Amino acid sequence: MVSETLARTLFEKIWSAHEVVRDDTGQSLLYIDRNLIHEGSRNPFQVLAAKNLPVRRPDRTFATPDHYTPTSGRTLDDVDGPERRDMVTSLTNNTRREGITMFGMDDPRHGITHVVGPEQGLSLPGMTIVCGDSHTSTHGALGALAFGVGASDVALALATQTVWQRMPRTLRVSINGALGPGVAAKDVALALIAQIGAAGATGHVIEYTGTTIAGMSMEGRLTLCNLSIEAGARAGIIAPDETTFAYVAGRPFAPRGEEWTRRLAEWRGLFSDPGARFDAEVSLDAAAIVPMVTWGNSVEDALPITGRVPDPAGDVGAAGAERRAVIASTLDYMGLRPGELLADVAIDYAFIGSCTNGRIEDLRAAAAVAKGRHVAPAVRALVVPGSGLVKSAAEAEGLDRVFLDAGFEWREAACSMCLATNGDTVPPGARCASTSNRNFVGRQGPESRTHLMSPAMAAAAAIAGRLTDVREFI
Amino acid sequence: MQPFVRLDAIALPMAASNVNTDQIIPARFLRKQRADGFAQYLFHDLRFDEADKEIAGFALNQGPYRGAGIIVARKNFGCGSSREMAVWAIADYGIRAVIAPSFGDIFFNNCVRNGVLCVVLPEAAVEGMLVLLDAQPGATLSVDLERQVVHAGSAEDYAFDVDPFNRKCLLQGLDSVDYTLQFTDRIAEYEAREVP
Repeated sequence: MVSETLARTLFEKIWSAHEVVRDDTGQSLLYIDRNLIHEGSRNPFQVLAAKNLPVRRPDRTFATPDHYTPTSGRTLDDVDGPERRDMVTSLTNNTRREGITMFGMDDPRHGITHVVGPEQGLSLPGMTIVCGDSHTSTHGALGALAFGVGASDVALALATQTVWQRMPRTLRVSINGALGPGVAAKDVALALIAQIGAAGATGHVIEYTGTTIAGMSMEGRLTLCNLSIEAGARAGIIAPDETTFAYVAGRPFAPRGEEWTRRLAEWRGLFSDPGARFDAEVSLDAAAIVPMVTWGNSVEDALPITGRVPDPAGDVGAAGAERRAVIASTLDYMGLRPGELLADVAIDYAFIGSCTNGRIEDLRAAAAVAKGRHVAPAVRALVVPGSGLVKSAAEAEGLDRVFLDAGFEWREAACSMCLATNGDTVPPGARCASTSNRNFVGRQGPESRTHLMSPAMAAAAAIAGRLTDVREFI
Repeated sequence: MQPFVRLDAIALPMAASNVNTDQIIPARFLRKQRADGFAQYLFHDLRFDEADKEIAGFALNQGPYRGAGIIVARKNFGCGSSREMAVWAIADYGIRAVIAPSFGDIFFNNCVRNGVLCVVLPEAAVEGMLVLLDAQPGATLSVDLERQVVHAGSAEDYAFDVDPFNRKCLLQGLDSVDYTLQFTDRIAEYEAREVP
């Protein structure tokens, strides 16, 4: 029995194993096992060049372009315009010069960084991982401490393989019970964020535990950890278990042979000890979660699809006048009427993809709804696989035919319409049912209107031509 | 990096929660080069219409607030994306301090790396400042990092806490890469011990 004083959380175990220095102010210099980089590393490489510094560990750094790469083709000519092309070619040139492995557009392993890392076995239990992207929290699903950093810290991590951090607090989110039919990891995340708010986990690392998590696939866990940042968390993490080990085993960059046996033994110690203290606790009943959609411009604005658009004149609880004003201006931006049924809201676009929901299981869930049906006449629906390998796996299963026959577009891997930096945008005033991670004002293009939901829900919306309860389709 | 010791500047009130980094700088400007400056992209879609004309209703476009050096906002300022360009836009415009009850974590760290101070104050204090700045457009606030107080006109001074590491970085204007290179031996020792 571990005594209470020695009991440590999973997060604390990984943190202390990576602390190179704790300085006199209490700040920790953390060693970073893995740098994942994309086109956003252009400036950090300029910073290194100005200081005449090399990348310290090119062998621990992996690159793939994703934010600016096209979904219409896989060559540089397909990239939309010279500014975006420069972002992509800069990554090629910088990685080539520094001897960093890059999965370029012409490589079948190319894709969204947060899909490629786990897929290639680059993201492993117990690791520290940074990337210049807030959704780096995704990799926590493998039992890694993974968090997004800005350009300055990308430069620091490239130059020194470390970053400075103050130890965050811990929040345990316990989720127990069975998810109902048509309810996915995305719904769990949206339900959690609706409950605790967009700043509900600020300053904390979330550890997800409970029977729901134990029974969840790696894809589902990746979705859940991905969205930790939308609750304000520094990171999300799940203790590695047999599901994790089975997922990692045999991946190209995963350990093999004796090394695998040795590492596996280490990984089996990666859990929060009984009695370990968390700074905060939240619990959710999985059976009570229903398919969710967002109606507003913060991810916390999530409701069951059976609900109605909030009324600024209605009950806003203790939030008061500020909340009423926010709801009113949000409904104006979103083009929604107070009190209307969410399931009556007509859509123009559907986007299935992103680091949140661009994995094979996501595409299977969407295809199961799309099969034998057709996208509504006024809707443009895109399916963007999270990586080249997700795309080819889906094609091997015939999912591309299902989508194409149903009137969906079947495109190349990229971040695409999640943040609309590659040229794939939702036009002004248009409404999109999206499996991505942010519904912010202008996120999918200026004046775009985003409703976040699961892949199955987005496929159902594309077919119905309106937000709809996927449970009517299954 | 320019040290931050004390700042007396016009404060821009933003009476909104969850101001995200997509609002601070829309993603279509992230591909611009650092050397070309980011001031013109700050709050771009709140500040300018489709024809790139100023939107009169946005406070930063109104006489008293032009040239603001401080932002006062509600909770969770800078949430969302890790884009450091949000801080570049703020800093390039000339804003060196943001006061709010809470901040997005990554934004907060990015600010420190660029010599911008995020001051965390209780909601009541922030609401008081918002009322003051609304009543006296163009009023200046004084943010003193050395003494860790914000002085707001005739109102009481607001003391604030600051992480001692961040305080040191800001007061001395430390460049994080240069500073960390002092620890190269420790990093090498760690690698020799822990990393294959």
